[in-house]
Amino acid sequence: MNRMTNSLDFQAQALTLRAERQRIIAGNIANADTPGYVARDMDFAAALREATGNQAAGSMMTGQMGTSPGQIPIGTGSTTELGLKYAAPSQTSLDSNTVDMDRERASFVENSVKYEATLRFINYDVRNMLDSMKSPSQG
Amino acid sequence: MSMFKIFDISGSAVSSQSQRLNTVASNLANVDTVAGPDGKAYKAREVTFQTVLMNTGDGSPGQGVRVSGVTEDQSPGRKVHDPANPSADADGYVTYSNVNAVDEMVNMISASRSYQNNIEVMNTAKTLLMKTLQMGQG
Repeated sequence: MNRMTNSLDFQAQALTLRAERQRIIAGNIANADTPGYVARDMDFAAALREATGNQAAGSMMTGQMGTSPGQIPIGTGSTTELGLKYAAPSQTSLDSNTVDMDRERASFVENSVKYEATLRFINYDVRNMLDSMKSPSQG
Repeated sequence: MSMFKIFDISGSAVSSQSQRLNTVASNLANVDTVAGPDGKAYKAREVTFQTVLMNTGDGSPGQGVRVSGVTEDQSPGRKVHDPANPSADADGYVTYSNVNAVDEMVNMISASRSYQNNIEVMNTAKTLLMKTLQMGQG
């Protein structure tokens, strides 16, 4: 039974994270004209690894991020307590707002397509499971 | 369900942008207003936006936006020499409002684009939620 629902559990986690990311990007788009607002985004792969507790991937991540969990990873921006990162501004503006509308729109569309894809995977899993429970006579 | 918060976030942005559009309309309407008997002409108004943290229920922040205040542009009004005008002062100058029509038009386009963006975000969120409701049905 565990093996049957494993894939479903994974997709459910992914769906929750996609919804979360959708909300973060919506917040960025909402604050496109707010002075001093700093755009944020989520490292989706890392968040999913953390949420699903994948051991192999987890050890790979510590190698990449350093030994201490609170350590700031090398790269653009620092990590917040929620694992959200600040986007590096592509162009500076006078009001120090770092929302790049082109990037946010692209991320938003990308995220909604992937959300739908995850939904389809779930539907496919459910249908698969139901089909395998049917007796041959039920067709 | 964190997706529902998108409507709050984008909704706050839409209402803030419409307030901005309102001030633009008010400014443009008063672009040719002449100073009244008190010598004070209409001053251009501008809204200031501020990020507001929203309670999403699960501890993670949702970032909406609100209008933190409406400020008046304190620069002096446009003065035109027109002694025949009944509103002219002792030197024959008429003081108009300090609204810059070009600034206002740019502000208007920016506000309407932001408004559209947020409406689209809400539409997408709605489509995704409708599809989520149909999960497992087919």
